[in-house]
Amino acid sequence: METVLEPGRAEKNYWRDLWRYRELFQVLAWRDVAVRYKQTVIGVVWAIIRPFLTMVVFTVIFGRVAKLPSEGSAPYALMVFAGMLPWTFFSTALSDASNSLISNANLISKVYFPRLIVPAATIVVAFIDFLISFGILIAMMIWYRFLPAPQILLLPVFILIAFLAALGPGLWITAANVKYRDFRYVIPFIVQIGLYVSPVGFSSSVVPEKWRLLYSLNPMVGVIDGFRWCILGGQSQIYWPGFNISLLGVAFFLWVGVHQFRKLERTFADLI
Amino acid sequence: MLSDEIVISVEGLSKRYLVGHESARREGYNSLRDTVVRHARNAGRKTLDMARGRQIIQGDQVEEFWALKDVSFEVRRGEVVGIVGRNGAGKSTLLKILSRITEPTEGRVRIKGRVASLLEVGTGFHPELTGRENIFLNGSILGMTKAEIRSKFDEIVDFAEIEKFLDTPVKRYSSGMYVRLAFAVAAHLEPEILIVDEVLAVGDTEFQRKCLGKMKDVSQHDGRTVLFVSHNIAAIKSLCRKGLYLEKGQVKSWGTVDDAVTQYVSGGISNAFDGTIPKDLLREYSTGEAELRRVQIIDAGGNPVHAMVTGDPLEVLVQWEVIQPIEAMLEIGIMDSEGRQITQSFSTDGGAPPIDMKPGCHELALRIDHTIFPGRYSLLAGIHKMDGATVDFVERALDFEILNAGRGDPNHYPWSVRGYLRPAQQWGPAIPREQSKQRIPTTATNES
Repeated sequence: METVLEPGRAEKNYWRDLWRYRELFQVLAWRDVAVRYKQTVIGVVWAIIRPFLTMVVFTVIFGRVAKLPSEGSAPYALMVFAGMLPWTFFSTALSDASNSLISNANLISKVYFPRLIVPAATIVVAFIDFLISFGILIAMMIWYRFLPAPQILLLPVFILIAFLAALGPGLWITAANVKYRDFRYVIPFIVQIGLYVSPVGFSSSVVPEKWRLLYSLNPMVGVIDGFRWCILGGQSQIYWPGFNISLLGVAFFLWVGVHQFRKLERTFADLI
Repeated sequence: MLSDEIVISVEGLSKRYLVGHESARREGYNSLRDTVVRHARNAGRKTLDMARGRQIIQGDQVEEFWALKDVSFEVRRGEVVGIVGRNGAGKSTLLKILSRITEPTEGRVRIKGRVASLLEVGTGFHPELTGRENIFLNGSILGMTKAEIRSKFDEIVDFAEIEKFLDTPVKRYSSGMYVRLAFAVAAHLEPEILIVDEVLAVGDTEFQRKCLGKMKDVSQHDGRTVLFVSHNIAAIKSLCRKGLYLEKGQVKSWGTVDDAVTQYVSGGISNAFDGTIPKDLLREYSTGEAELRRVQIIDAGGNPVHAMVTGDPLEVLVQWEVIQPIEAMLEIGIMDSEGRQITQSFSTDGGAPPIDMKPGCHELALRIDHTIFPGRYSLLAGIHKMDGATVDFVERALDFEILNAGRGDPNHYPWSVRGYLRPAQQWGPAIPREQSKQRIPTTATNES
């Protein structure tokens, strides 16, 4: 095996290298999970409390106070939670991935490995939180005696879309963050605004028909609608033109993210 | 095993960094208006840089700095190469390029085989995780597979001597335990090419010796190629057969380890720090009546050096300039690498008279006959009046190193020694004395 190091040399074996380092990916993901709730009293319960309380607040504000309609006959709380799941996953993944390179600066400047592993591993942590929250959803369905429709089997597809939706911008921002620390301050802002701009506390069917296509430019609109369609079954309708636009948005951000990340990756160790 | 196969080939390697300077700070602008204007201009420039996708550089003057310039050499399989050079000579940059952490600006490197690099002890250790967990974490980061780590786990724990604390978070470890664990993991790497930066500088001497032994095993028995950077000349000499001496990013010597070390040791004279004390040095105490100009160490041939072999008599030459005539004494002291003063010599020691200093330049030599142990030291120098008032004083006037003598030399130490120096000494039978009873503790006489 011969390695040639030259300025500007595109790594021919990059994707194969990535595969060779899969064990490191596992170990880093495991480390982030193991460390996440160390020295906390209630530990993993935090992963339950946070989305649950947000769900309660949203149900009260949007459902009771603003009296927005639910989707079909589904209980409002269940509809909110079905949207909270992908949103919490997305926002945790995005903010963790965005800070991942900087918080692993000591690794970046001392060891070689395909840097893509670092942000990708942090998303695994967000996924573990997602699985825990999913338990609450099941508990809520039992509580409301709500039987899911067969399309719930398609849920993994939408989880994958949510993963890719977080990975794209996450890669872009974490790479830019190495060079310009300004991006560190942008993320909490995006996540906060995004929570209200995306149909988390309300159904996207309340958006007027003529604006819906434009509204779907937000990739999370498609993901959240898809989740509701899977979980609430026939009570929820997918707006297909909008969904396709959201998918395009996900694909676009993923392409930009990977492209930018690869472009900046070679200079990480010098700039971090 | 093809012993003449080239495994690392470096051609015309250069690495450039951009460094920024703050011009205004040097010139001493300090009005509010200037500060505001400067900050606004800087912010504007940074925004522009960002829009163009350039790197942000602090300060308003950008300068290119070549950490490596046109470096070429070839390493064959099984060779152990020691890389020496002063701080900033480009050693670490070279290792970083070879380990693929950073990219060269120019030139090309070809590497055959699996590389593991050890640029820091305990890279990626997580303080919250236990020793056991960190072995797996650190091992994976250094490039071992989980199966490899599992099969060597017991060996690693043995080597580190931490069995009892395996399930304690490493944040509760003493720094010694931490380093031992970290090095134990690294010592069990089995790459074809091993790249090691100054990692032996940490840890206690006992453990350092163990690590050196392990590294020696690695290179001799397994025919592995090793690149090793260290300031510890004794370690370099005992481990390596080939030496690369870098100075200001360029190769000054590439050949046998003795050549490289010899050049490094005497390399300070021609173009680096030769013991001259800059005239504009900010002095803490100085009356201006006289100023130190140069402090040097002179070898037996009369040449200035910055390293000596243990056992050689140490001759220090001080030059100073007198501006107003005074009567004063000189002071020379040796400090260890942590700044503790270990000797102090005054020119008036033993009742010698003060020096009558007339305007002009003067020089005086001090010879120290005690054997100084291998290590890194520095010299301080001072001029004091007879009432103790300081006329001039320079701490760290010259850094120097005492090297271990070669194997076979009567002054060679095969282990690392404690303390700083060996007093002038003589071993032999006790000298018979008539009233030797007097030397017995005197409790009995007190009672009588």
